[in-house]
Amino acid sequence: MSNLLSPAGTKVLFMGNEAIARGALEAGVSVAAGYPGTPSSEIIERLAHVAPERKLYVEWSVNEKVALEVAAAASFAGLRSMCVMKQNGVNVASDFLLHLTASGTRGGLVLVTCEDPGALSSVNEGESRYFARMLEIPLLEPSSFQEAKDLTKWAFELSETIGNVVMLRSVTRMSHASGNVICGKLPSKFRQAKFDYDGPVMDSQTGPMISTPVVAKHALHQKKLKEAEALFEKSPFNQYVGPAKPQLLIITSSACFLYSQEAIKMLNLQKRVGILKLASTWPLPQKLLKKYLRLTNKIMIVEEVLPFLEENVKVLAAGILKELGIKTFYGKIDMTLPAIGELNPDLVAAALAKIMKVKYKLLSAAYAKELQEAAALIPAREQTFCAGCPHRASFWNIHNAIALDGRDGFVCGDIGCYSMAALSPATGYHTMPTLHSMGSGTGLASGFAKLGSFGFDKPILTVCGDSTFYHAVIPALINAQHNRANITFIVLDNAGTAMTGFQPHPGLTTSALKDVVPAVEIAAICSAIGAKVMIGDPFNLEATSKILTSFLAEKGSVKVLILRQACALSPEKKGKKIFDVKVNEELCLGESCGCNRLCTRIFRCPALTWDRTKKKAVVDEVICAGCGVCYSICPQKAITKTEAATK
Amino acid sequence: MKKQVYKDPMNVIITGVGGQGNVLASRVLAGMLVTAGYFVTIGETFGMSQRGGSVMSHLRISRESVLSPQIPQGRADVIIGLEPAEALRVLTRYGHPDVVALINSRVVYPIGVITGELSYPPLAEIESTFKKLTARSWVIDATVAAVELGNPILSNIVMIGALAKTALLPIDRRAFEKEIAKDMAADKCKINLRAFDAGAGMI
Repeated sequence: MSNLLSPAGTKVLFMGNEAIARGALEAGVSVAAGYPGTPSSEIIERLAHVAPERKLYVEWSVNEKVALEVAAAASFAGLRSMCVMKQNGVNVASDFLLHLTASGTRGGLVLVTCEDPGALSSVNEGESRYFARMLEIPLLEPSSFQEAKDLTKWAFELSETIGNVVMLRSVTRMSHASGNVICGKLPSKFRQAKFDYDGPVMDSQTGPMISTPVVAKHALHQKKLKEAEALFEKSPFNQYVGPAKPQLLIITSSACFLYSQEAIKMLNLQKRVGILKLASTWPLPQKLLKKYLRLTNKIMIVEEVLPFLEENVKVLAAGILKELGIKTFYGKIDMTLPAIGELNPDLVAAALAKIMKVKYKLLSAAYAKELQEAAALIPAREQTFCAGCPHRASFWNIHNAIALDGRDGFVCGDIGCYSMAALSPATGYHTMPTLHSMGSGTGLASGFAKLGSFGFDKPILTVCGDSTFYHAVIPALINAQHNRANITFIVLDNAGTAMTGFQPHPGLTTSALKDVVPAVEIAAICSAIGAKVMIGDPFNLEATSKILTSFLAEKGSVKVLILRQACALSPEKKGKKIFDVKVNEELCLGESCGCNRLCTRIFRCPALTWDRTKKKAVVDEVICAGCGVCYSICPQKAITKTEAATK
Repeated sequence: MKKQVYKDPMNVIITGVGGQGNVLASRVLAGMLVTAGYFVTIGETFGMSQRGGSVMSHLRISRESVLSPQIPQGRADVIIGLEPAEALRVLTRYGHPDVVALINSRVVYPIGVITGELSYPPLAEIESTFKKLTARSWVIDATVAAVELGNPILSNIVMIGALAKTALLPIDRRAFEKEIAKDMAADKCKINLRAFDAGAGMI
């Protein structure tokens, strides 16, 4: 059940992403499209839940570029639409985005990018704000949950006012954090789609949706951006909080506003430090900034990832140097704040304490020392594949096939939970030395495989997940086949977009709206391009190793192995064991087994642990998912599996 | 409910290992507090950061406003540890002498411990460290109780029951019952209430 449709005036606890979804509903959004990616996925998910009641069309698109095209079509037809992605998605969508912002839009179109400072669930600290500047579109950044809702709603109006895309940027600590929100009114009228294109070429409402005549349209585009700036000057979302004459002015946006507020309180600097909180960070409202820059000579800019705001404020200040006078700026560029990673109240407080020359010490030295000593007791906990994860079995098979082949083959990695094989090499049994963007594993494999004439003749493997296959792998795979790249291409098919929460993809038979749809089969696509295709079960170690070994030895071009086994956390599997797995202590040879503790030292399943007193392997029944794979790896057959009783 | 939190904001951290039900526990707890009229800010992360790793939910409970979704170091008032070493990890970063802690005794070994590269401190040492560095701490066998109820995943709810009994926060059985009834089927509510009661009985 969803509280996303709570009546106006209700006070609810919303995750930032839910607040964004609710804001879109209050704006009367009709179409929403996106591709899953942490921390953005809940927005489309929640909208899909309420689609029947709110007459929405919601889809998980094959990738972010297509999602934006789908949203743009709705906008051209006069509907309000939203496109949602994580920071990396903006890169994928950027080709179309560049053209779209040149043609302009009609119905309000909001591009939501949820970014991940500190890369908590990403392989980079991508930063999309520079796209807004490069593409000359407005950029909004909410700094509370209420504002996430209200600003999203307003973003649609703004988009219609200027006839262009509005970018709304959230961050993990906003999207995945939760707080109180008071709901507004949901519209009772719904728009109808209508696409006019017979009018004059410069008429944005009736003419064709194209970027030409380029220069004339570019001029209009820039004029409209100026209108946005004028609205930002008066926007209640941009706010100053603090004393009339602060000694230090903080300029900030997003979750950093909450950190800054907290840091000021921690240091008791409420009477000395003020905050200019900007919800609109591009274009900057120049007059507003001028007004507050005048308040003091010391300015700190608090933001995450790159110094976007800092650079733009400095450029603005340089332009009015004569009237403004010389200011001292603190931020990322002078290293007052860390140039990398996400911020928090402690980091902002440390910077403030330095600038304001105040001391911040909460704990006695003796207590702090005791905490430090206690910290030394705690073992690190590295991320790893879950108990019962099919990826562990897949990499076990891959590792063994590469070892058996003996020519130092390796795997080009891709994006999914299986990225952990690269991030923590022992998890993937040291097989995966490359990891980049979605689909690039196959492209890299295609390239490595063509280096034979330069003396490079290792067997090349690559992996991708089922959702990733559709997103960006297909062109690279066709490239490999066309250019006769001899690669072993392994699809780790765990029946869903598992890492982000089991969103459907084209290979499944349900859509985002839970309609039953025909599956677009990976095997059929691979066969159609002429590749050799086999399907296996990663839990069947013997059969899978056999296929892989023969693929590595085989000459030719693309050989495809689809390893099918649903994710251990998937709704159909979670909490249901296939096998009851136990260690027979009498058979377990412990440390004297010739395998060098293959089970617990090498295999690395969190459920297969080591009893240090008995010096035997032991299965933790609370954690064990009952996949039974460890039964197959024990040379002593000391691990037993019996069919689990169905509950 | 008339009871007030004893300070404003009240900072609560729920911690454990990915898959132990951290997020559900924080949602249920926050839901009860929002119904009781508080501003609640939750900070947490989902996604790959959960897979087998340490997880944390930060809850800030206030009469006045939403707050930073990250609690500053040394400022946790209550630590709820679904796993002992994770509770200790949080204590060493967010603890202060007045902090109270409620800890599930069930150990989940990190991979590094299983392989033998790292060692896990004896539970007794973790317990004595908590005794020494907190105002009050409880260690309960929440997972044992949950397994007896038929499903180890109920450990998180056992902990919520125990938390309610400590009276550190303005939550009680009725509020819990109302909160879970919003999302759960009747049979699920029943088993969750039994888990709640089991936890309350351990304090």
